[in-house]
Amino acid sequence: MKQKFDIITSTCVPLPLENVDTDQIIPARFLKATDKNGFGDNLFRDWRYDKEGNPIKSFVLNDPTYGGCILVAGKNFGSGSSREHAAWAIAGYGFRVVISSFFADIHKNNELNNFVLPVVVSEQFLAELFDSINKNPKMEVKVDLPNQTVTNLATGKSEKFEINGYKKYCLMNALDDIDFLLENKDKIEAWEKKQQNA
Amino acid sequence: MNTLFDKIWDKHVVQIVEDGPTQLYIDRLYCHEVTSPQAFAGMRERGLKCFRPDQIVCMPDHNTPTHDQDKPIEDPVSRHQVDTLAKNTADFGLTHFGMMNPKNGIIHVVGPERGLSLPGMTIVCGDSHTSTHGAMGAVAFGIGTSEVEMVMASQCILQSKPKSMRISVNGQLKKGVTAKDVALYIMSKMSTSGATGYFVEYSGSAVKSLTMEGRLTLSNLTIEMGARGGFIAPDEVTFEYLKGREYAPKGAEWDKAVEYWKTLKSGDDAVFDKDITFDAADIEPMVTYGTNPGMGMGISQHIPTLDTIDAAGQISYKKSLDYMGFQPGDSLLGKKVDYVFCGSCTNGRIEDFRAFASIVKGKKKAEGVTCWLVPGSWMVDEQIRKEGLDKIFEEAGFALRQPGCSACLAMNDDKIPAGKLSVSTSNRNFEGRQGPGARTVLASPLVAAAAAVTGVITDPRTMM
Repeated sequence: MKQKFDIITSTCVPLPLENVDTDQIIPARFLKATDKNGFGDNLFRDWRYDKEGNPIKSFVLNDPTYGGCILVAGKNFGSGSSREHAAWAIAGYGFRVVISSFFADIHKNNELNNFVLPVVVSEQFLAELFDSINKNPKMEVKVDLPNQTVTNLATGKSEKFEINGYKKYCLMNALDDIDFLLENKDKIEAWEKKQQNA
Repeated sequence: MNTLFDKIWDKHVVQIVEDGPTQLYIDRLYCHEVTSPQAFAGMRERGLKCFRPDQIVCMPDHNTPTHDQDKPIEDPVSRHQVDTLAKNTADFGLTHFGMMNPKNGIIHVVGPERGLSLPGMTIVCGDSHTSTHGAMGAVAFGIGTSEVEMVMASQCILQSKPKSMRISVNGQLKKGVTAKDVALYIMSKMSTSGATGYFVEYSGSAVKSLTMEGRLTLSNLTIEMGARGGFIAPDEVTFEYLKGREYAPKGAEWDKAVEYWKTLKSGDDAVFDKDITFDAADIEPMVTYGTNPGMGMGISQHIPTLDTIDAAGQISYKKSLDYMGFQPGDSLLGKKVDYVFCGSCTNGRIEDFRAFASIVKGKKKAEGVTCWLVPGSWMVDEQIRKEGLDKIFEEAGFALRQPGCSACLAMNDDKIPAGKLSVSTSNRNFEGRQGPGARTVLASPLVAAAAAVTGVITDPRTMM
C-alpha cells in the first residue's frame, strides 16, 4: 500500500450521494479476511452487484462512461464503522484520491494511512464538479499535493485544500506513522516514568 | 479550555509533532477478531513484539454464533478469523477471553463490567463503538487497523486533538423514555455529521440521573453523530458501579484511585467550542424511519415530507425511504414487524433485559415475529438467570441466545432476510447492516418488547 504521492491528473467517478457509510463501501460480511488483499473486488458490493452477483448496470462503477483514480462523493463520506477495510477497498479498487465536501473522522484517517488522499472542497466546488462530470465524463481533475491545490480542468477553477505538514511529508515520501513512532520510543518511556513518579 | 476532555487528553500527550498530530499515550487497547488480524500481520512483518502487552485485552465477538458455542463455528471463514485471534494472542502473549470463557462477550460490554475500563483512561479499539467506554469517564474512541498496529508497537497513537462539545440534557425523563431514546433524539437533531471533529461531554440532570447501563448506551451512540467519542464525568454512580469489579483497583489502591477520579470534572470556567442544550421533557420513545441513525423521530410522529429536506440531500432521502418501503408522511405505529432483536453493545446489558421483561411479562410473543434476545456477555446472561428474567421470557415464548454481536451487523448466522422489517435495539440502520436488503428500525428495548408481543410497531407507554 505504501506509495509516494505527488501530482495526480485523472478523470473522475461521480457518486453524488450524501452520508455514504462504510457499511456501503464494504459490507460487514466481507470483513472476514485476515489480510488486506482483495477488498477492491467488493467495493460498494450491494450497490454494484445484485443478489445473484450480476453487475447492476446503472451503478457508476459498472458504467464504462466513467473511470479514473479519483472518486467524487457527496458530503459526509465514510460515516459509521471504523473498519479500515473500507479504505483497503477504495485503495484496492485503484482510487488514489477521494474528493468530498465533508469526511467522517475515522475514515479520513484510514484513507491517509493507506496512501489515499481525502480532499475536502467547498460545497460549491463539489456541486460544480458534479456538473462538469455530468456534462463531460472525460473531463479531468488535477490534484497537486505539494501545492495543496485541486483544479477542475473543465472550468479552470481551483481550490486550496488542508493537510497537516507531517502527513503531507509522509504521503510524499511513502512513510507511515509506525516508522515515526518506533523512532520515538525513548519519549514514550520517559512519559511512563513520569506517571509512575507522580 | 479547562474541560475534562482537555485534562485527560493533555495528561496523555507524549509530544506534539511539529505541524502535525499529537502523539497520545494509550492506557488500554481492546482487540476483537475483525479489525486486528492485519495489525498482527503487520507486527510480524516488521519483526516487532507488543510494546506493553499487559495493557491489551482481546476477545472475539462479531463472528461468534449465538448458539452451540461449545461446538466449532460452522462457517469456515468465521472460524478462521476467531482462531486467528486465539493464535495471535498466544503468539504475542496477550490476554484473551475466547469463546465459552465465562469472561467472553461483546468487548464494549465486557470492558466496563469487568472493571477494565476506568475513569481518566485513554482507551482505543478498532471499532467505532469504543465510544461506549466514555461512560466510565474515560477518553475512548474507535480507530482503524493501522492505528491498532501503532498501539501494539508503541502504546501510542498519532491524532489531531478534536474540538470540545458539551451536550446537556436537563430535566426529568418522561415515562417510557430511556437512554436509547435520549441518544436517538440527540442524533435526530444533530444529524450523522453534526459532531464530526468534536469530542462530546454529556452533562445535565437527565444525564446524571442515568444508571451506568444507561450512560453506556448514551456514550455508545456518540459515534453516530460523527463525534470521535463522548463521555460523562465520573461520579458516585460510576464509583458504586466499579467497586469490587474484577479488574478495578482494590483496598488502598481503590481509595487512592477514587480520590483522583473525583478530580475528573470540567472546571466551572471551562469553555467548550460548542455548547448545546436539550430539554428532557421534549423526548418521547424514539424510532428511526430511514437508513442512518440520524433519521429518527418520536414514535407518535410522522416521517418528514420531501419539502422539508434540502435540495442536495433529496436523492439520498428518497433512496433511503424507498429502501425502507416507507412513504413521506407515514406514521410507523401499526406497521407489521417481522423480526425483533434485543442485544448489541448498545442495549445488551442487564437493565435492557429488565426493561424487555417488564413489557412481555404475562403476555405472549406475537405470531409471525422472530425474536432474538442476546445478552451482551456471559456475565449479563448469568444476571438474567439470577433475577429469573429467563423464566419470564420462557413463559412469554421467548428464548435467550448466547452472547455476541449477533444481528447487529450480519457477520454471523443471525441475519435479517431481505425486505423484512426488524425492530432492533442495536446502533445502525444502514442499508444491509442486518443482512442484505434487511429493513431496520432502531429503538429502545421497551419499543422492541412492545413490537415483539403485538407484532406491530407499538407505543410502549400504552403497555406500562
